[in-house]
Amino acid sequence: MRRRHFLTLSATTLGGVLIYTLDRKAALLASEQKSVRVPLRFFTEAEALVVAAAAARIFPSDDSGPGAHEAGVAIYIDRQLAGPYGRDRFRYTQPPFENASPLFGYQGKETPRQIYRDGIKGLKGFQLLSSADQDAALQQIESSVFFTLLRQNTIEGMFCDPMHGGNAGMVGWQLVGFPGPRMANYDDVDKHYGEAFRPLPASLVQVTGKKVRPSEDEP
Amino acid sequence: MKTLPAVDAVIIGGGWAGLLMAKELGSRTPLSVVVLERGVARKTSDYADAMDELDYAIRLHMMQDLSQDTVTLRHNANQRALPLRQHGSFLPGAGVGGSGEHWNALCPRYLPDCFELLSRTTEKYGAKVLPEDHAIRDWGITYDELEPFYTRVEKLLGVSGKAGNLKGQKIDGGNIFEGQRSEEYPTPPTKVPYLGALFRDAAKSLGYHPFPAPSATLSQTYTNPDGVSRGGCTYCGFCGRFGCMIGAKAQPTTLLLPIIQKCKNVVVRTGTAVRRILFDSTPNPKARGVTYVDATGEEVFQPASVVFLASWTFGNTRMLLLSGIGEPYDPATGRGTVGSNLSHQVSTSAATVFFKQPLNRYMGSGSTGLMFSDFDGDVFDHTSLSFLRGGTFAARCYGYQPIASFGVVPQSVKATWGSEWKKPAVHYYDRTGTIFFSGEHLTYKGNCMDLDPTYKDKLGDPLLRLTLDWRDNERNMATFATTKAVELARAMNAKEINAFPGLRSYDSTRYQSTHVQGGTIMGSSPEHSVVTPYLQHWQMPNLFILGGSTFPQNASANPTPTLLAFVYRTADAIVNRYLKSPGPLA
Repeated sequence: MRRRHFLTLSATTLGGVLIYTLDRKAALLASEQKSVRVPLRFFTEAEALVVAAAAARIFPSDDSGPGAHEAGVAIYIDRQLAGPYGRDRFRYTQPPFENASPLFGYQGKETPRQIYRDGIKGLKGFQLLSSADQDAALQQIESSVFFTLLRQNTIEGMFCDPMHGGNAGMVGWQLVGFPGPRMANYDDVDKHYGEAFRPLPASLVQVTGKKVRPSEDEP
Repeated sequence: MKTLPAVDAVIIGGGWAGLLMAKELGSRTPLSVVVLERGVARKTSDYADAMDELDYAIRLHMMQDLSQDTVTLRHNANQRALPLRQHGSFLPGAGVGGSGEHWNALCPRYLPDCFELLSRTTEKYGAKVLPEDHAIRDWGITYDELEPFYTRVEKLLGVSGKAGNLKGQKIDGGNIFEGQRSEEYPTPPTKVPYLGALFRDAAKSLGYHPFPAPSATLSQTYTNPDGVSRGGCTYCGFCGRFGCMIGAKAQPTTLLLPIIQKCKNVVVRTGTAVRRILFDSTPNPKARGVTYVDATGEEVFQPASVVFLASWTFGNTRMLLLSGIGEPYDPATGRGTVGSNLSHQVSTSAATVFFKQPLNRYMGSGSTGLMFSDFDGDVFDHTSLSFLRGGTFAARCYGYQPIASFGVVPQSVKATWGSEWKKPAVHYYDRTGTIFFSGEHLTYKGNCMDLDPTYKDKLGDPLLRLTLDWRDNERNMATFATTKAVELARAMNAKEINAFPGLRSYDSTRYQSTHVQGGTIMGSSPEHSVVTPYLQHWQMPNLFILGGSTFPQNASANPTPTLLAFVYRTADAIVNRYLKSPGPLA
């Protein structure tokens, strides 16, 4: 039995949720508490801290807007790795495994879970380094399978539907002006030429009015 | 092995081709028909929950489960093939409706000379211009013979568009280079998003002839000849890789399944993986039926008087090879036919265009956009060019979503992570448009399919092996297209332009199109083809093969309307002639 691990996110980290969320209940919860302890499904707390810090260097919070911290990217990645994606449920995994040119795609045997576990080992204490040292550490592994995966998963966690645990408060969508699954574009699609038209975003649950089961919750 | 009660017809594969045949046979004949679909059952209401980019467009929930089987790839016969372990350059669908559920619904016809590619090219330029190792063939049918069936397909789907050649009369605003059409499109074109307008105006300024992309996602409410009504598109942009939650996009589950379900003589069995077509060799070759593993895991034999193979290009080719039907193609000797003429498509982001102003590009549909055919097929002279044929240019306003689209920056930005990358990526996120090029892929003796000697599927059968690479014709065509696209991007007042870097070796990781053709091609003689232009097996007349596997080579256009036109033509021939006198259709 796995010991329960939590990632503690401070209210300042979740500032994005307070400002951006459309879900009144979640906003109240976050504002009443100094911090939120989110139970982890796959990572240990130490692992989650490394991943959160690395994702925040890949997609930083800066003067262009919020980043991986506000979106809760580490929570997203944790849930993905715990689900079917993390164990390569849909990939062809029959041997033999051969080294090949990148034109043939990832040919390795390791699942995303194994790639993360091994990759994180190489970044021990990463969250304690200065930003400059963190960047230098990531530059060392830039061409690795782990980094490529972490970068891709970070983008996913920034912009996925919030039901997957990332894009908290839809901060990612607001950053780029994406309204989510908006059904009512008929009157607007051939208007607003050359001008930004930015309807308030709504998540899938808000649009459909019912709970949708994300793939990471499937057995 | 258990033997099931015999039926008149068994159809392998419940996608566009198989379900259209099932609908035709079910509604026009009393034949008992069984459709075997290895994937899941589906209905339109499933799609309401599915507007989720991560699970559908990134994790690809509607596609084939590669943990069960995939294909292997090598660039040439000297290499050892490797399995495509995750989806990449093409996205075959799974489940009822097949790839017809998650398609973008672009619905152009092929240019007339595509069907007579060998003879028309030779006639105009001489045989010396053909690439040394080409395998280009005529189809054994002309565009004019197929035209009435194209019209039927467009009515079935309700295609939205504007004719450019109505009974020989050229019409401004449509595609003036298209083949002669007997009728206007059933519904008017879809709306024009901003990127489409920029593209259209720039194309006109350069003297080209832009037209709205023919779209099987409806511009307005439409009722087809079968009485199926659908509403118009709301431009939500959840089209390609998704099913349409409102039914505006033509899909097998919306157009064909409701009719089939009313036919008491048709049954669709899902979760059924067909393993072999069984046949007798004497006195005359004849298919007896198929074996399949049913949803409970039991292998059964389903006898049938007629077998229709409609399981996409890879499934069709592999089924003949596994079943031992016909002679496998050998590129070294040129003998055999099964597995020859593999083609994909020359599909590139010819120019990625960065604008000063925002585009609101989240709005659109998979088949909304503008395109032009001024460099398509042989509509422009190739005498002084280093390649044959060509393709279309398009501004696709398909509804961009952020996971797949974020991070594209002008090539002057070198960073791929961190603030140096994020800031321009955020700035340009909604200021980036793509000029797509979709070009013809010729066929070559060395591009082909056979059974892999090493890798197996979950049931222990060998995977299909693709031997596939580009030749100079495709590379030179793509380079030419990039030059034209960059000129066009300048005319669109681009702030910065990323030009396509060029085609080198076939890249299985870059999505190109789900238009893969060949393996069981049609033709006018059994020497070089597997089926007749009625899609009937040359040696085994109660076996019909439906789909892109029967195309001798690809065209620049999307293949769905063409393959459906062939299914209609074959269905007519079966209903009107074959059933009265089973045997070869002449």
